[in-house]
Formats: sequence, C-alpha cells, structure tokens
Amino acid sequence: MSVDQSDITKVALLARLKIDEADVPQYVDNLSNILGLVEQMSEVNTDDVVPMAHPLDAAQRLRADEVTETNQRDKFQALAPQVESGLYLVPKVIE
Amino acid sequence: MHTKTISQLSAALRSGEVSSVELTTLFLERIKQHNPALNCFISVTEAQAFAAAAAADLRLKAGNAAPLTGVPIAHKDIFCTEGVKTTCASKMLDNFIAPYESTCTAKFRDAGAVMLGKTNMDEFAMGSSNETSYYGAVKNPWDQARVPGGSSGGSVSAVAARLAPAATGTDTGGSIRQPAALCGLTGLKPTYGRVSRYGMVAFASSLDQAGPITYSAEDAALMMNVMAGFDERDSTSVERDVPDYSANLDNGIEGLKIGLPKEYFGEGLDDGVARVIDAAVKEYEALGAVVKEISLPNTALAVPTYYVVAPAECSTNLSRFDGVRFGHRCDDPQDLFDLYTRSRGEGFGAEVKRRIMIGTYVLSAGYYDAYYLKAQKIRRLISEDFRAAFEEVDVIMGPTAPSTAFKLGEKADDPVTMYLSDIYTIAVNMAGLPAASIPAGFADGLPVGLQVIGNYFDESHLLNVAHKYQQATDWHLQVPKEFQ
Repeated sequence: MSVDQSDITKVALLARLKIDEADVPQYVDNLSNILGLVEQMSEVNTDDVVPMAHPLDAAQRLRADEVTETNQRDKFQALAPQVESGLYLVPKVIE
Repeated sequence: MHTKTISQLSAALRSGEVSSVELTTLFLERIKQHNPALNCFISVTEAQAFAAAAAADLRLKAGNAAPLTGVPIAHKDIFCTEGVKTTCASKMLDNFIAPYESTCTAKFRDAGAVMLGKTNMDEFAMGSSNETSYYGAVKNPWDQARVPGGSSGGSVSAVAARLAPAATGTDTGGSIRQPAALCGLTGLKPTYGRVSRYGMVAFASSLDQAGPITYSAEDAALMMNVMAGFDERDSTSVERDVPDYSANLDNGIEGLKIGLPKEYFGEGLDDGVARVIDAAVKEYEALGAVVKEISLPNTALAVPTYYVVAPAECSTNLSRFDGVRFGHRCDDPQDLFDLYTRSRGEGFGAEVKRRIMIGTYVLSAGYYDAYYLKAQKIRRLISEDFRAAFEEVDVIMGPTAPSTAFKLGEKADDPVTMYLSDIYTIAVNMAGLPAASIPAGFADGLPVGLQVIGNYFDESHLLNVAHKYQQATDWHLQVPKEFQ
C-alpha cells in the first residue's frame, strides 16, 4: 500500500495539521513504508475472529448520574491562550 | 549512599542513619553535576523537593512513615503534577502548568516520597530512543554516544546514573522495558488496568500502562505497593484487590516452568544478546526451573498491528490539542482553521505528526474495517497465543530488545527500522499482560535485559521470579564507571 501527495494533503486537512509543501515528499515515503509494514496484516484470515478492544474484555463501568466535580473554570482558563469574561476566544467564525 | 536501593534507603531513613533532607540534597547535587551531559530531566523541582523532604523527616520522627516516606524519586514528565510544568516533552505543552495531580503521582506524594523532578522522554511517549523530545536527546550513562532507549529514556538514564534511586515510567509498546534493558535496570509494565491512567497524558489508551523503574525487583515491589490499585477516575481501571507485592519475593522457584518462544530467538536477534539470554536461562535452570520451547505464532504480526492501533488512538487522543483551551497557540491566526492547523503544525514534532497522519489515514472513511477493525482482530489472535502458552508454562522468557543500545542518530531517519526495535515488547501490550525486564549481563560492555512475561495480574509472581535471579546474580547492581 502506498500513498501519494494528494493523500498526504487530504489526511493533513482531516488531521488539522499544517504541513510544509517541502515536507510532503518525505511524508509520502514515510507513510508508504509504514503502511507497507502494516500490509502484513492482510495475509491473515480473521473471518471468525471477534475484535478485541480491551485486553481484559471489560465493559464500561457505569456510575450514578450525580454531580461529583466542582466548577474550576477560572483555574482551567488561566492556562488558555486567550479568554474574556469566562469565554475562550478564537478568531471570528461567523461573518 | 547514592548507589543504594530504595529498600536500603528506606531502612537508612528509619534507623536515622540519614535524613530525607540529606538524601534530597545529595541527589539534587548529583543532578546538577550530571544532568547537563545526560539531559535526563526536563524540570528539577528543588523547592518542592526540600519541602517534601522536611515533611517526610517529621513523619519519620513521628513514627507514622510509610515504606517510601523520605525516599527521593523522579517522575516521567507524562504525569500531571499540580503547579509543576508538565510537558510530555512537547513544544505543544511547553507552557503547561498542570492544574491537577495524576493519581499515580498523588499516591507517591501521599506515601511521603520526594519528587526530585520530571524526566525527559520521547515526545508524547512516541519513540524508542528518546530522540524525539522537544528538549533534546537523552544520553545513555553506559556510553554517552548511545541512546538510553525510549520512551521513558530520561527516567532510565537518571536511575542508571544514580541521579535518582527510582523513577516512574509508562509503557505503551515497550517504553519501560526496552529502556530498562538498554540501561541495565529493572522495569515492570503491570497488567493493563492495574495502575490508574488518570492524569497520565494519553497516547494509546487501550495500551498505556504506568510502572516502576528501579535497580531491583525488591524495589519494584515497593513501588508497586504504592502505584497499584483501582481508581474510579480511570474508566479502564480494574476493580481487584492489590496484593502485598513484597510478600512473595523469597518464595522458592523450584519446578518453575519457563517457556521460551522460538519466535523470540530467530533472525534479527543480536548474537551477543542471545548469548546473555542463554546464560540467564541456564542460571534459572540451576535455580531449579524447568525450560520448555513454546511457540507464539503471531509474533511477527505484533509490530504491524501496533502501528495501526497505537496511531489510531494517538490521533484521536491528540485531537484535544487545538490551540484554544491550553497548550501552544500560533501567532496571529487568520481564521479558526488557520489557528488549528498552524498551532498543531508548530506544536507537534516530526514523529508525533507522522503518527497522527497514520492514525488519521487508517481511521478515515472507507478504511476503518481494513485497518483498525482488522488490527483489533489480530490483537485477539496475539492474545490467544499467550493464553495457550500459559496453559503449559508459568512464565515466558526471552530478550527484551533485539540489540543493545544503538548510537544516537543511527535509526532516527528510518521510522520502520526504529519501530522494529520493539519487536519483543509490543505483543505484551497488545495482550495487556504484565512483563518485566531485568538486567542479565553485558554484550560488548553494554547492558542486556531479560524479559519475563507473566499471566494477567501475576506481577507478584513475576517479581518473585526476578528477585530469585537477583539474589543469585549481581547484574542489577552494576553502576556505569563515571557514576559510581
């Protein structure tokens, strides 16, 4: 399995990653090599195998629907690049 | 004093032979002296360390000390530590002061252990050489032209150079065991779910597990007594009693059935490493163990499968870094899309971007079944191999890594070659099993690690098996010349 430059551009867009034009050929090489390694999986017949999501096949624990955490907005927003009146600021989204 | 195990330091603190403030001073001095060359710490938390040491000394005097009270340790910079910079070795988190404490580090804090600082690592724990850190590569104290292994490279380098007597690490595909092997230390990856992941920056959530890095199995048991246990804040934490990991260390191992997977001794294994492992297995036979060849037929599929599962989960976990709520934000964003893409493009390093790209690709529309679902099915097959093996044997042994520590830069440009250096460790994470790496000797002057894999929740037995070997050998007590 190999990827081309247009695949890289599309995946970078999906991943919201800015990639320099000049680096695209290297991504093509690296990703093609890694997918080549991954390709070994296709040689195995897995028709009747149940997929394994959790090593112990544990189910998600449930808890009572109760408030257990206190509001720490100011503490957390102290870490943000830009806030105002308790809101996170981003560039204008709607014209 | 700096070469003592934490079991010995704990006794010395109790007898009054040394105080925690004295020990803390000693190790902070050693860090000042050697860290510029080794680069194993990202942050040194001197003020907090002295405060914790003074409190520990009071607790020791008052007679209500826990075994690790007053013992200095280092934490991998992947654990959130409240009020202390927590970077995960990424530019993305270079400005991140954690607003809360991870469960794992909180347990050490409550036990009275003294945090010396936060150790260097591969960025977001993605790497096998500690060369992907934003803060620069870490050096191996046994040969500073070589890598310490990764991703817990700072933790092992610090402990091997006796800058800290023990450290925490995390292991997603071998990140405790491989560096422990390359630096001549004891490292344990517990069963998935045994140690809480709360407050541990997530890489691949179905594989990540924290564990101890120490000189001896006896020390690892002391660390596990603090770290292990159920945590309701971690949805994959396992509700199960925690044994006293020190209780069974001295049990006899006569008749222990050791399985040697033939797939772990084939092509690609360095001759020098193979000789050391053979000798270690003979030592076990001399101690009364019985050796049997076994097969783990899907071994070769572990690395390919891992490079679907881990990147898929990494790309999902790392989507939280958006330049909005915390972490790096680019200058002068033109619009929201520009803010996201440039903040992430600038904040993440090359290997992290590579894995996000792979993960995004395999999860993208139309590919899910062919990659992630297929990988989860093969993961089942890999686990079944181990299940079948443990019907015949008590533990599985083999090399931890195919070679000794390689040179800095040697594999940095070739991701696939680097990935294959984790060939013997990754399957254990896929299955969620516990495994240790223990020092077993040297090849051309560099440490070699013996991997011991146990059945689910069998850490206590693994440590017993390791301890008996360490009673009969002294490989785990070797100190690199410059740091004696």
